[in-house]
Amino acid sequence: MSASTINRYLQTLRRGLAEHYRIITSNPLSRIGFFVIIAFVVVAIFAPWIAPYDPWEMVYDKDGKFASLRPPSWEFPVGTTHLGYDLFSQLVLATRTTLIIGSVSGLISIVIGANVGLIAGYYGGKIDEILMRLTDILYGMPFLPFIIVLIALFGRKLEFVILAIVLIIWRTSARVIRAQTISIKQRQFIAAARARGCSDLRIIYRHILPNVLPLLLLYAAFNIAWSIITEASASFLGFGDGETISWGGMLYELWLSGKTRVAWWWFATPSICIVLLVTSLVFVSRAYEEVANPRLRKR
Amino acid sequence: MQPQRETVLQVRGLGVRYQTRQGPVHAVTDMTFDVFANEVFGIAGESGCGKSTLIRALLRLLPDNADVEAERASYRGQDLLTMREDEFRQRILWQEISLVPQSAMNSFNPVYRVGDQVVESIRAHRDSSRAEARERVAELFDIVGLQADLMRSYPHEFSGGMRQRAMIAMALALDPGLIVMDEPTTGLDVLVQERILRRIREIRGEIESSIILITHDIAVIAEMADRIAVMYGGELMEQASAIDLFETPYHPYTLGLNNAFPSIRDIGGELISIPGSPPTLIGPVESCPFESRCPFRIERCAEANPAPVEIGEFHQVRCFRTDEPEELRRLAKEKSTWRS
Repeated sequence: MSASTINRYLQTLRRGLAEHYRIITSNPLSRIGFFVIIAFVVVAIFAPWIAPYDPWEMVYDKDGKFASLRPPSWEFPVGTTHLGYDLFSQLVLATRTTLIIGSVSGLISIVIGANVGLIAGYYGGKIDEILMRLTDILYGMPFLPFIIVLIALFGRKLEFVILAIVLIIWRTSARVIRAQTISIKQRQFIAAARARGCSDLRIIYRHILPNVLPLLLLYAAFNIAWSIITEASASFLGFGDGETISWGGMLYELWLSGKTRVAWWWFATPSICIVLLVTSLVFVSRAYEEVANPRLRKR
Repeated sequence: MQPQRETVLQVRGLGVRYQTRQGPVHAVTDMTFDVFANEVFGIAGESGCGKSTLIRALLRLLPDNADVEAERASYRGQDLLTMREDEFRQRILWQEISLVPQSAMNSFNPVYRVGDQVVESIRAHRDSSRAEARERVAELFDIVGLQADLMRSYPHEFSGGMRQRAMIAMALALDPGLIVMDEPTTGLDVLVQERILRRIREIRGEIESSIILITHDIAVIAEMADRIAVMYGGELMEQASAIDLFETPYHPYTLGLNNAFPSIRDIGGELISIPGSPPTLIGPVESCPFESRCPFRIERCAEANPAPVEIGEFHQVRCFRTDEPEELRRLAKEKSTWRS
């Protein structure tokens, strides 16, 4: 590959990123959402350096007294738990867990959903029937019991939490992508591609996929948001990974401690973080939705 | 039958049947024709007469509910219908037989640059570098009269006529032996039509390919084709050289078509249409498909479907009354004849 081709690719990439930036910052809500997400990502990356304490380290205040159930103060910005853990440190480190679970399961689920949707929609017939009935079965599956059973079987590990989320969450994207694929495959240019001797795989991935891309990005953002909520709910019920701190896990510990009525700072902060991150993701996905569905523009 | 000219496409007794809920639809019945090297073969017929089905059958692009039967359908001696699917796709499709599809205007993928799509079609079949392919595209764009820098445009930035020309460029890309143009001028305004047709005529001088031109526009075919086949109800009604077809037509349907087509020499002459509508083609066909609309029908027409009659070299007519052409032609000129 020559320097000029690399240059051209870089240029295309830069133009592509600029285009995405333009889409995201096109309306005020998604712009706010975008910067909130960036802030969380920065926190997640630098979490070990930002957090002053270990998440499960009993802390003492500057007078040397054990800091149990302290409300927010200069010393402990979001307070402490009844066992004297610093909530700020927990919050910062949990951001990392949440973002990893959210993005990994969001991305895996969109990859599965997109492929199932494309293949079912493109081939139709028996293949469609099998894949869509599978999706229907998943739709019938109640979310939390499914996760509880899975975790109970395999143990409270991060990987299994992700697996459980992915297994449930790809269903919606598969359905939506399938519908879009069916509509695109009827278009003239697909018939033209076939007349040119394109193979099925080539038609699916080179001709249909780019046309469902805006929808795909939209559902990728939705999937990430849903994964985060799901992880929080599972952790809150005590089915998260016991060894990693997460926002849902923090709420679970609060519940266990029985201090729900007393320690407002303890439940308020993780909840606010969850709400903030999920809403931001939804705002950003709204910007993509406007690209995918122009009717939403300017109302 | 054709001693001197090389046959590119040979079709014998081709039939296509669609299985539908209402029963089998005989979309194409017993088609027999040849396409010779370096000629334009026109297929004319009204909507729904099976023109496109015929072409799709030859290119194996029909949906699953279509059954194709033929004694023979071969391209330069290679059987098109029995060849393995992947071999057909790799070696014949586009490489040897290319298609300018109906409504070619929508045949470009909206998310890729036009030039890249032509490059893709070249590289899918030929081992050539991107730069070589690009050069070839510039050359092709020049042939069809598009500026080379338009390669970098997206389809929506093109006008209908430009897209049509780009599609023709794509069809020419691999120097195929046969180019099928399915209604290449439909949906374009008359001026653009004329430009496209002139371009196709110019291209003929530059390339070796034969062209099958499918259209319902008899004026287009009169202008472009060397030989013409007239289809009706899925069958070939008459096949002749362009001159013979317009000067000495035999089949009542051809006579009717000639009436319905304005003549530049006879300004003010009234156009006469053929009353009635085409048959549905559902179920078995016993009679001549044109029987119900034919003003010259006799009893036999309802009982049996006539076999093609050889009139002269390359001139075949599927009619029982080929022995009295003068009389039919005289009567066909009168409007009262066509009143049902």
